[in-house]
Amino acid sequence: MSTLTHLQRLEAESIHIMREVLAEADKPVMLYSIGKDSAVMLHLAKKAFYPAPPPFPLLHVDTTWKFRDMYAMRERVARESGMTLLVHQNPEALALGINPFTHGSAVHTDVWKTQGLKQALDKYGFDVAFGGGRRDEEKSRAKERVFSFRSAHHHWDPKSQRPELWHLYNARKHKGESIRVFPISNWTELDVWQYIYLQDIPIVPLYFARERPVVEREGTLIMVDDERMPLRPGEKPLMRKVRFRTLGCYPLTGAIASEADTLPAIIQEMLLTRTSERQGRVIDHDASASMERKKQEGYF
Amino acid sequence: MAHVSDLIASDIGAYLKSQEKKQLLRFITCGSVDDGKSSLIGRLLFESKLLFEDQLATLASDSKRIGTTGGDLDFALLLDGLSAEREQGITIDVAYRFFSTERRKFIVADTPGHEQYTRNMVTGASTADLAIILIDARKGVLTQTRRHSYLVSLLGIRHIALAINKMDLVGYSEERFNEIREQFRPFAEQIGLHEVSYLPISALQGANITRVSERTPWFHGPALMQYLETVEVDEQRMQRAPFRLPVQWVNRPNLDFRGFSGLIASGVVRQGARVRVSPAGTHSTVARIVTADGDLEQAVAGQSVTLTLGDEIDVSRGDVISAAESPPEVADQFEATLVWMHEQPLLRGRSYLMKIGAKTVAATVLPLKYKINVNTLEQLAATRLELNEIGVCVLELDRPVAFDPYENNRETGAFILIDRLTNNTVGAGMLRFALRRSQNVHWQALDVNKQAHTLLNGHKPCVLWFTGYSGAGKSTIANLVEKRLHALAQHTYLLDGDNVRHGLNRDLGFTDVDRVENIRRVAEVSKLMVDAGLIVLVSFISPFRSERRMARNLLQAGEFLEIFVDTPLAAAELRDVKGLYKKARQGQLKNFTGIDSPYEPPENPEIRIDTTQLSAEQAALQILGEMQRRGLIETV
Repeated sequence: MSTLTHLQRLEAESIHIMREVLAEADKPVMLYSIGKDSAVMLHLAKKAFYPAPPPFPLLHVDTTWKFRDMYAMRERVARESGMTLLVHQNPEALALGINPFTHGSAVHTDVWKTQGLKQALDKYGFDVAFGGGRRDEEKSRAKERVFSFRSAHHHWDPKSQRPELWHLYNARKHKGESIRVFPISNWTELDVWQYIYLQDIPIVPLYFARERPVVEREGTLIMVDDERMPLRPGEKPLMRKVRFRTLGCYPLTGAIASEADTLPAIIQEMLLTRTSERQGRVIDHDASASMERKKQEGYF
Repeated sequence: MAHVSDLIASDIGAYLKSQEKKQLLRFITCGSVDDGKSSLIGRLLFESKLLFEDQLATLASDSKRIGTTGGDLDFALLLDGLSAEREQGITIDVAYRFFSTERRKFIVADTPGHEQYTRNMVTGASTADLAIILIDARKGVLTQTRRHSYLVSLLGIRHIALAINKMDLVGYSEERFNEIREQFRPFAEQIGLHEVSYLPISALQGANITRVSERTPWFHGPALMQYLETVEVDEQRMQRAPFRLPVQWVNRPNLDFRGFSGLIASGVVRQGARVRVSPAGTHSTVARIVTADGDLEQAVAGQSVTLTLGDEIDVSRGDVISAAESPPEVADQFEATLVWMHEQPLLRGRSYLMKIGAKTVAATVLPLKYKINVNTLEQLAATRLELNEIGVCVLELDRPVAFDPYENNRETGAFILIDRLTNNTVGAGMLRFALRRSQNVHWQALDVNKQAHTLLNGHKPCVLWFTGYSGAGKSTIANLVEKRLHALAQHTYLLDGDNVRHGLNRDLGFTDVDRVENIRRVAEVSKLMVDAGLIVLVSFISPFRSERRMARNLLQAGEFLEIFVDTPLAAAELRDVKGLYKKARQGQLKNFTGIDSPYEPPENPEIRIDTTQLSAEQAALQILGEMQRRGLIETV
């Protein structure tokens, strides 16, 4: 008898979820945010439908404020995955020039990401969207179902979630409703890193420590990725060896000082440094139940 | 992880290598807030060093602000996810938590212990290998303990840890521990829980959690964590069961490849093995076991794979590929245990969608044999199941499916019921056995069929289904329509609600359950009459959409015309031809539609009659006009 490892079982569960969606959805799409969780999800999708390529497109809801390395990775994936990559930028945000400096992180995130995502789903008529959310990331996610229903207005109601039993997912929905599906719900940050290491999955170089220009603001290291970053009086970018535990819009994502420049070193650092990964994200600091509120409004 | 942190620091490569052999165990914790359930999970997270500095900081500040431990770390707060629940101080849904040790990764389903939340516990238990049932050492075995234990056994969980918590509050007394153990043991045997481990613990003080405590010298272990690390996981046991692969998806990227994808529910499959496809009953051999990492020689329960077969046989989503020599059963009538998960009760006779494996079929609950009092295990007579109730029923499907009894295979014996209108998951069930009845009653093919009847009659058959409030004018209009059709030499029959209740449906009352059965019978009779080539006029209040849809589904497209006799309730009550509204208002008539029983108006009827605008004669003409437009009759 061969006993499966925990990663084999997590992989099998995620693949099962993806196949179930494909069998029951009218028009599925995979949200691709370029980070490590997206990389794992994409890798799993390739396995789920092999030898066919994943039979749905990738969608990146862009804010124009991602790191340059992330855009490079996005283009590489578009070239190599054999899948269609759709990029959506909220035209209103573009016209208004919404940015995190003038408008603050809350407005920036809402207009570019939450509204942008809704626009994109409506525009293409996708009824099911895969997301890379994990239950260990944040408290409200721990209670969200794998198949998470959204009203025609993209609202999430935590009180009326369908029970999920055994491996039986109920994917039936009314016209206009949509489903967010989280195939890696049961993975932890450590699982994700171990899997990337074992499967040799390409990730954005920003996860590895390197000399980068940063400024320190309210105790957070912010990388000066391009000339759009307004420097405060007296502020001067310094070259420091840093890396990112999580990736988002560069002005909203804090770096950590680190020497970890290989995958084993990253895992080692993660296990020995005891701060949880979302701490680097400025948006989560807004209010105690902010994620839950954002999710109800349609954020992934 | 403190003990491994040296290895992590000194040799991360060796550490990662050791992690590659880690297994996965899923468990559920049962007990109420008072038993210290959340505290126990919080303690397990804390002991496995999986709390981060920022989480600990938040926990410390939350403990001071809203904690119940007088400022000490209140581990329970870690578990309460959603903000509304935090304010109430209780957990109200299923939350999943993760922690790991060197040997295993654990997924914990945390579900509440309150009486009304059987639903959540059943959900959490459905995927668990093991259950920790918590008992407050001061209180001993309570009704709630029995309820949780019964649900755990119902869901087929084999391994139970009876964690007798708060031992610190009874002075770590061996006597008290033994007393509780002897209280529980006979009950556990009675409900079929044979592998129970009894553990004296204190979640608060951390006793017997990670290692055997010196406070309980009379207890020889293992401590909870050691037990969790060594107990057999279900997936290992399932490898010994016969091979089953419910087909999720047929992978056809090109004409040269046709693979059948799915998660192996049980057993082992090898290249070259003889397999059977159910329900069709066809045979083939496994040509390849395809994965993106290369073909496999063999695959086991818990793996997601794609099989190709040696022969070109028909296989589609929902079929089950199995070992040829030990296939699953195939049937369309079962006895099943049902757990009701929704506020809208289960009604006997109503048609639901049933999802079993990757197959979705229509299922009707025929007799509900009994419901079970989860506190006393008594069997009670019942005609309906309310939220959180459990019952045993006969289930009839619209076509045969492959299955195993749930006690043999949790994956191929489990199903959910879905409401056709709301799409909600309303029930969860476990198949017990197939009823032979369905195999003994075969459909008799007849030579003089509907087509023959239609030819002789010279017109098409159909059903005109009149629905609306009592006193809306259904029977008056239906009567006029029938008179005109008769004059046109059409063969008709009018089924009137009141008249049918004098005969065929004399045994039925006006509860929701009886209303469903009332319509089911009339729908079946209408179908027989359409087979006989008649134009059937059905004049029934038929208040529920679900049953009207069921009637529609019995017939072919175009044969069913739903006619909504749209008279507002106030207008119908004002007319009150039979004086029924008056009686209902005075409370002399129970379950009267519109008064104390709901009416669900049609959403897309073929014909809507606005009786505030039309006379009965005009309404009849409107209906005949529509029949002509649809080619059901030639002239009006």
